[in-house]
Amino acid sequence: MSAVQEFFRRDRVFDFMVPKVVDGLDLSHGTVLYMEDVSVAFDGFKAINNLNFYVNAGELRCLIGPNGAGKTTMMDIITGKTRPDTGTCWFGSRMNLLQMSEPEIAQAGIGRKFQKPTVFEYHSVYENLELAMAGPKGVWRTLRARLSAPERERIDEVLNLIGLSDEAQRIAGALSHGQKQWLEIGMLLMQNPLLLLVDEPAAGMTHQEMDRTVELLTSLAGEHSVVVVEHDMDFVRALNSRVTVLHQGSVLAEGSMDQVQGDPKVVEVYLGE
Amino acid sequence: MLRLLMTLLTLCLISPLYAAEIATGDTTLDAAFEQLLDRNFDVKEQGVAALAASGHPKTGDLLRGILEGELRYLKENSRLVWMRPGADGDHAIDALTGDDYGVFSSRKFKKFAINNTMRGRLRTFAAERELHDPDPAVRLRAVNAMLDDVQPEHAALFSGLLDKEQDPAVREAMSEVVALARLSADDSAQRRHAITEVADSLSPAVRNGLTRLAKNDPDEGVRADAAAALKKIEDKVRLYGHVETLFFGLSAGSVLVLAAIGLAITFGVMGVINMAHGELIMLGAYTTYLMQQLMPDMTGLSIVLSIPAAFIVSGLAGIAIERGIIRFLYGRPLETLLATFGVSLVLQQLVRSAISSQNVPVSNPEFLSGLWQINSVLALTYNRLYIFIFCLLVFAGLYVVLKYTRLGLQVRAVSQNRSMARAMGVRSARVDALTFGLGSGIAGIAGVALSQLTNVGPNLGQSYIVDSFMVVVFGGVGNLWGTLIGGLGLGIANKVMEPWAGAVLAKILVLVFIILFIQKRPRGLFPQKGRAAEG
Amino acid sequence: MFLLRTLKGDHGGKVFLLTLLAVMIAVPVLNGLPADNPLYLSTYTVTLLGKYLTYALLAVAVDLVWGYLGILSLGHSAFFALGGYAMGMYLMRQIGERGVYGNPLLPDFMVFLNWQELPWFWHGFDQFWFAALMVFLAPGILAFVFGWLAFRSRVTGVYLSIITQALTYALMLAFFRNEMGFGGNNGLTDFKDILGFSLQSDSTRIGLFLASGIALALGYISCRALVKSRLGRVAVAIRDTEDRTRFIGYKVEHVKLAIFTFSAMLAGVAGALYVPQVGIINPGEFQPLNSIEVVIWVAIGGRATLYGAVLGAIGVNYAKTWFTAAFPEVWLFALGGLFVLVTLLLPRGIAGLWRRRQESAA
Repeated sequence: MSAVQEFFRRDRVFDFMVPKVVDGLDLSHGTVLYMEDVSVAFDGFKAINNLNFYVNAGELRCLIGPNGAGKTTMMDIITGKTRPDTGTCWFGSRMNLLQMSEPEIAQAGIGRKFQKPTVFEYHSVYENLELAMAGPKGVWRTLRARLSAPERERIDEVLNLIGLSDEAQRIAGALSHGQKQWLEIGMLLMQNPLLLLVDEPAAGMTHQEMDRTVELLTSLAGEHSVVVVEHDMDFVRALNSRVTVLHQGSVLAEGSMDQVQGDPKVVEVYLGE
Repeated sequence: MLRLLMTLLTLCLISPLYAAEIATGDTTLDAAFEQLLDRNFDVKEQGVAALAASGHPKTGDLLRGILEGELRYLKENSRLVWMRPGADGDHAIDALTGDDYGVFSSRKFKKFAINNTMRGRLRTFAAERELHDPDPAVRLRAVNAMLDDVQPEHAALFSGLLDKEQDPAVREAMSEVVALARLSADDSAQRRHAITEVADSLSPAVRNGLTRLAKNDPDEGVRADAAAALKKIEDKVRLYGHVETLFFGLSAGSVLVLAAIGLAITFGVMGVINMAHGELIMLGAYTTYLMQQLMPDMTGLSIVLSIPAAFIVSGLAGIAIERGIIRFLYGRPLETLLATFGVSLVLQQLVRSAISSQNVPVSNPEFLSGLWQINSVLALTYNRLYIFIFCLLVFAGLYVVLKYTRLGLQVRAVSQNRSMARAMGVRSARVDALTFGLGSGIAGIAGVALSQLTNVGPNLGQSYIVDSFMVVVFGGVGNLWGTLIGGLGLGIANKVMEPWAGAVLAKILVLVFIILFIQKRPRGLFPQKGRAAEG
Repeated sequence: MFLLRTLKGDHGGKVFLLTLLAVMIAVPVLNGLPADNPLYLSTYTVTLLGKYLTYALLAVAVDLVWGYLGILSLGHSAFFALGGYAMGMYLMRQIGERGVYGNPLLPDFMVFLNWQELPWFWHGFDQFWFAALMVFLAPGILAFVFGWLAFRSRVTGVYLSIITQALTYALMLAFFRNEMGFGGNNGLTDFKDILGFSLQSDSTRIGLFLASGIALALGYISCRALVKSRLGRVAVAIRDTEDRTRFIGYKVEHVKLAIFTFSAMLAGVAGALYVPQVGIINPGEFQPLNSIEVVIWVAIGGRATLYGAVLGAIGVNYAKTWFTAAFPEVWLFALGGLFVLVTLLLPRGIAGLWRRRQESAA
C-alpha cells in the first residue's frame, strides 16, 4: 500500500522518468555535493555511519580524522567505487551519484587523486596527461582521437604548472614519489573537474613541494571545489580553510582549524582520554 | 510286401494305445506316466498329481522336464530319457539312471503333450518340491519363479510355509507371493484387504499385480484402492530414484571435491595457480598402480598403503615444483599459470616415456566391489559409497590440520598477511613449501581414489583440472567449506541433469552455469569477507 | 602514408613486414622451379608455411588482448576454431554430389546419421560471402556476449583466464556431440574445392598461402594502428591500473569489450584460413591445450610487441614440426621446458632480448 502511495506522490516524477545522467550541473543552490544519511557497513563494521556532508561550490575543504574514520570510504562512495547501504548522494541538485558508474561520475566532473599515487607507469608523462584530458571518452572517439593545437597547449601549460616539462617524455614509472604525486595532480587538472577529491597530496613531499601544493590547491578553489584529506596538520593549517573532522564514520566537528582544534571532543579523539 | 505295409500301418495307428508302456522299474512312476500319455487332459492331470505324490527322489526334475519339454520317452526301450543335443546328433540319456543310449533321430523322442492348466499345476508342483529344499538359494529361486503366476490357492500354501521359514530373504519373497495370491482372491473384500497389506512393498511383481487390479478388476472399490496404493508405491519408487540420483551425485561430487581440495589450498590459501595439479593427481594414481605391481597378491593392502605413498610422492613433487619454480613467481599469477602448465606437460610425457603411453590396469580390491542392496529398487555400489566416505575423511583431516595444528596456524597467517607473519617469526618460505606440499599430497590421495573409478593414463589429470578450478572458484576461493559444498553441489547438479540431458550436455550446462555464476558472484558461493578482500 | 605513420618507431614491425613481403614473393617463385632444383620448395612446405602464418595471426590476436589489455585469454582457440568451422561448413557445402553418399544437399555425416534435412544453421553456407561474414560474426558474437558478461561483472586476472578456459572446454564437449550438427568427433573434412578452385592443385595452395600472408600483414597493421591510437594507450592504462582508468572517465568495460571482440574476429580469420590448408577441422581444435600453446608462443616471442608474437608462433611451430618428426617423445618435454624457462628467465621473450640490447646501446 505504501509502495502504491509512494508511486502516486504528486510532488515527484516517476523514477524511471528521471534521466540518469543529466547534462550540465545544477549549482543554483550553491552546493556542489550533498551526502545525506549515508551509512555503509563492511561485514558488520560500520565504516560510514549516518554521515551528512555538504560541499559548497568553489569551496576548499579539509577533511581530517584518525585512521579508520572513514575518509577513504567516503571518497569511494562519492566516486562510485562503493555503494552505500542507505542514504543519498547528489552532485549538484540534479545528478544522483548513486545511480552512476565510476566513468560516468568522472565524466560528470568529479576528479580523484588516490592516497597512493597511481599513474600509468608504462606511459610517458605526456601520455598520462593526454589520457586524462577532458573530452569525449567513448571507444570509437578514443580510437580516432588526434591531439589538436589547443589541446597540446593545454598539456604544455599543465606540464609547466606541475614542473614536469623536462620530464614530459619520460616513462611515468621512472619518476620519483613526489613527481608522481605532482603528475597525478596534473592529471586531475587535465580532467578539469568541478569537484576535486585529493587524498593525502603532501605525503612524500619536501617542504618546498608542499608549499607549492598549498599554493596550487588554494588557487584552484573558487573555480573548482576541492576536498583535501590530509594527516599533516601543518599542511592543513597552511591551506587555511574550513575543516571537517570525521570520527567513526560520521562528522564529529566542523569549522575553522582553530575552532576545531579547540573542540574538546576532537582533542579527546586525537589524544585519547 | 503289402502285408508288411499293412502291419506297419496298423502298428502305427494303434501304437499310442498299446506300445506306450513306460518301463522305468518303478511301478508308481510307470502308472503316473501312463496317465500322462492318455489323450484326455483330465487323465493327464491326474497323472501329474500322481507323479507329484510319487515320492520318487527325482520327481522335481521330472516335473520340470515335462514342463520345459525336455523329458521324452524313447519308444525303442520305453525308457524316460532326456534329449541332449551332441555333436553327432541328439543323445538319449536315461532320466533315472543317467545311461546314454546313443543317438536317435529326433522323431524317436516322444513328447508329453500338455496344456496351460497342466503347465500351471506342473509349475506349482515343481515349485512346491523346491520350496522344501534345504538350500535357501533354491527355495528363493522357487519362490521368485512363482511370482509371475500366482494363483489364489497359493495363499494358503505359502502362509503355511512362511511359519516354518527361517531365511529372511525367502520369507520376504514368500510374503510377497502370499500378498499377490490374496490380491487375486475371489472375494473383493479380501482383495481390498490384500491391497492394504502390499501397500509398502516395492517389488515389481506387486506393482504389476496392482496395475492389473487397477485396470481390470470388476469391483470399482478394488480398482480405486489399487490405483491409490499403486500411486503411493510409485511415489515411493520415485523417491528412492531421487535418493539414488542424490547418491550418484554425492559420489561424483566427492570425486570433484577430492580433486579440487588440494587446489583449494594451493590456489585458495596461497593464491598460486597450479596447472600441474591434475598431473599431481595422476602421479597419485600411478603410485597406486606401482604399489599393486609391487604386491600383486594383496590388492586390498596395496590400496591402503598407496594412500600414504601417493601423499608422499605427490607431496614431494609439489615441494620440488614450489622450490624450483613457483617461489620465483609469487605475485605474478599469470606467469605462474604458464610455468606450471609447462610442468604439467613434462610430467605427462615423463609418465608416457617411463611407464607407457597406454592406460595401465589398476585392479579393485574385494571390499570395493559389490552392491549394497537396500531394497528392490535401491542398491548402492560400494566403491561409490567408500569414495564419499573417503572424501569426507580427507576433508575432515585437512580441516583439522589447518585449524588446529601449528602448520595450519602459520599457513593461515602467511596467507592473510605475509610480511606481518614474517615479522612475527614465521619462516614464510618454509611454510610456503609445506603448504604447497600439503595441497599436492592431497592431490596424490585423490589420485588413489580416482584409480579405483576411472582409467589410469597419462591424460588422467587433464580431464580433472578444469573441473577442479571450477569447483574452487564456484565455492569461493580460500574457503574449504565452499569447496566441499561447491563440489558436492556440482556433482549432484550433474547427475540430476544427466537423465534428461545426457552426460555430455549436463557437463556443458554445468560449465555454462558456473561461467554465468561467476559473472554474478565473482567471489564464489562463500566469499572471503572484509576489506582485505576488496580491490 | 597511413602505413608509415602507423609503423613509426616500430622497427621490429618494419623488419617483419618486409620479411613477410620477401617471403611472399620468394615462395611462389621457388615453388615454380623444376623439382630437381636445389632451391625448389615443395607444395607441402608451402602449405606448412601457410599454416604457420595463420598461427602467427592467431598469436597476434592473443598478444593484442594479453600484451596490451592484460587479459590472458585461455580461450582463443575457441574463436580460431569457430572461424575454422564457418569456413569448413562452406567447404562442406561445396562438395555437393561428390561426397561418398552423393547427396547433393546433405554433407556425408548427416546422411550417415540419417538426417533428412539440412539444419537451419547450415543454410547460407553454400555462399562464400555468407561464410566469410560468419567467419567474423561467429567468433565476434561469442566474444561479445562472453565479454559483455565477464567484463561487466569485473571478472579479471586469473579468474577470467580460468573461465575463458572453461568456455573453450565447454565448446569442445559440445562440438564432440553428433547432435550439434557439426560432424561430431570427426569434424568436417574431405573438402574438394574453394571458390571453384581445387584444393589439391598447387596454384590454390599458393593462393591460400598468399591469402594467409596478406591477412597476417593486414591483421598486424590494424593491431599496430590500434595500439598506437589513444585507445591503445587506454588499453595499456587498463592493463596497468584499471581503477585509475575508470576514475578518469573511461568506460573500461567498453574498451575491453571492443578490443576483445576485435581480437576474437582476427582469431576467427586465422582459423578460416587454416582449415582449407590443413583440410580438416574437428573439435580437437577447441582443446584448452591449444589456447595455452598460443599464449606460450606469444610469451616466447615477447609480449606486447606484436612482431614478437609472430616470431614466437613461427619459431615454436617450426620446432614442433621438426621435433615431432625427429624425436616425437621429446617434444612435450621441450614444450614444457620452454614454458618454464621462458617465464623464469626470459619474461620479455626474444623480442625483449633484442630491445634490451637496443636500449643498452642507446
